[in-house]
Amino acid sequence: MEQFITHVGTAAPLRRSNVDTDQIIPAEFLKRISRHGFEDGLFAAWRKDPDFILNQPQFQGVSILVAGPDFGTGSSREHAVWALQDFGFKVVLASRFADIFRGNSGKGGLLTAQVPQDVIEALWLIIEADPATEVVVDLQARQVRAGDLVADFEVDDYVRWRLMEGLDDIGITLQSAVQINEFEDSRPAFLPVTI
Amino acid sequence: MGRTLAEKVWQAHVVRHAEGEPDLLYIDLHLVHEVTSPQAFDGLRAAGRTVRRPDLTLATEDHNVPTLDIDKPITDPISRAQLEALRVNCAEFGVPLYSLGDTEQGIVHVVGPQLGLTQPGMTVVCGDSHTSTHGAFGALAFGIGTSEVEHVLATQTLPLKPFKTMAITVEGELPAGVSAKDVTLAVIAKIGTGGGQGYVLEYRGSAIRSLSMEGRMTLCNMSIEAGARAGMVAPDSTTYDYLKGRDRAPQGALWDEAVAYWSSLPSDDDAIFDAEVFIDAATLSPFVTWGTNPGQGLPLSSVVPSPADASNEVDRVAIERALEYMDLTPGTPLRQIPIDTVFVGSCTNGRIEDLRAVADVLRGRRVADSVRMLVVPGSVRVRLQAESEGLGEVFTAAGAEWRQAGCSMCLAMNPDKLAPGERSASTSNRNFEGRQGPGGRTHLVSPAVAAAIAVAGHLASPSDLA
Repeated sequence: MEQFITHVGTAAPLRRSNVDTDQIIPAEFLKRISRHGFEDGLFAAWRKDPDFILNQPQFQGVSILVAGPDFGTGSSREHAVWALQDFGFKVVLASRFADIFRGNSGKGGLLTAQVPQDVIEALWLIIEADPATEVVVDLQARQVRAGDLVADFEVDDYVRWRLMEGLDDIGITLQSAVQINEFEDSRPAFLPVTI
Repeated sequence: MGRTLAEKVWQAHVVRHAEGEPDLLYIDLHLVHEVTSPQAFDGLRAAGRTVRRPDLTLATEDHNVPTLDIDKPITDPISRAQLEALRVNCAEFGVPLYSLGDTEQGIVHVVGPQLGLTQPGMTVVCGDSHTSTHGAFGALAFGIGTSEVEHVLATQTLPLKPFKTMAITVEGELPAGVSAKDVTLAVIAKIGTGGGQGYVLEYRGSAIRSLSMEGRMTLCNMSIEAGARAGMVAPDSTTYDYLKGRDRAPQGALWDEAVAYWSSLPSDDDAIFDAEVFIDAATLSPFVTWGTNPGQGLPLSSVVPSPADASNEVDRVAIERALEYMDLTPGTPLRQIPIDTVFVGSCTNGRIEDLRAVADVLRGRRVADSVRMLVVPGSVRVRLQAESEGLGEVFTAAGAEWRQAGCSMCLAMNPDKLAPGERSASTSNRNFEGRQGPGGRTHLVSPAVAAAIAVAGHLASPSDLA
């Protein structure tokens, strides 16, 4: 996984709450067995509307999504993270994220930075007034900066460390192989097996 | 200090604990389906890793499968390729698989419990958010993403931060005609789609204790729609009665040993929950959603809400947008909303008890001419059981389509879909925009209410039928 220290890019305002993962990528795109190429599925239904924010010329090439509360609710599909990343997003900012989506993002290297809703509203105004505004997401300092706005964001300490180191979870866990073996040996005999 | 059910199960599975790091949690059962696993198996292959415990892993085909003509090749080449990928992956890595056509095939969250694989005190995961279903047995069960699927396949563990705990206490007797589905829709409407974020919900109180295992599964299934990764009900005699004698349940001395352990799991009297919600069972009535998230629900006797009712700007915009998508006018009585499609099934309400509730309403009645009704069992075993009880005949005599097992119209990944503009009453779990087909509109309801709607042709409850 690539290291994430600081990201600088332009941002798109998504003025919607409860953006569920069925909206981020509809089920029809989930039949693929590859890990890449999901950019065409991102917000597929909404992108049919020419006025949708990501279709507007001033928001082309954005890499930061500034969304309403409860982003990523619903299905556990990690394809939602892949679609956002394949489209070019590195960061999603929102006041609340659904748990599974946030977990999936951390695994794949997409930063979900949590800020209060008033910061989201302020960011919306800044990037709508000037879509070319450079937005800095500084994971080291846990800070987002855009124009005159400077705001701290919340991110899980461990996820932050993993993102900054670019570490793979399975590799970390396999360092505990001895403990896993010991635990396994102590499991009760009444537990079921599938074979 | 006392511990909650969730804390007891968590602590019994910690492989490694270190300050400032997530706990490494052992996983007792890993369920797998075709949609969220291909990239995980590819990851194993690329890293030269194996599946650590194929004997704690079970795969089934559910999301993509057709519910008609299952003996013929699947027509959609992409769906077929995904199912074939699962078959190849399971064969290569030694994971047991129930394929289309097998008597054990069905929706992953119906199959686990009916085999007796889901037991109290276990940790259960699956690359599917409705894994919360298994919490009905007092298991800690939650959905994971594909990276985590790969992690569990490789290590049988997951690094996780402990959840907070929330008690949802429903006291009193549920009024006649009120089911577990109505309880869960009322809970989600009360705490919101984000209300459970970061929490494990524990459903408690006399109304919950009175629910069957099927009802408890419906309740726990929908926990994710309140933002909670898991929901749980403490094991009791209802749980043990359901499990005893099932294929994978312990037997003989091991059964006694297991029950002794299970009996130690319920939350201690002095356990402290991080949050508590109380609901008076007597205030509940049949519930229906009007909007585009499961929190946008109301009692059936209500009217379509107005954006003017919202307490803040975010909610006002959300209501406005939902009404536009759903093509509804504020003030319309919910009972006047016409329905053209009724779907009974899914991991939420595709079990035998759900089908019995539907048959009880349909017996001696006809589905309205304007309505297409699909009844889809959650598993092959559920279908066989329903047939042996004569329920299949009730459905077909009423004019409903009686299908084969699968996820079907819960999500638009197989041939069962809504056409743009169609409006369904559905016993599934999500009324998101386009969930049941692009442009389709969904009202979530209980099985009995769905059956009444099929007869009436508009939103209705069984008590409205003559």
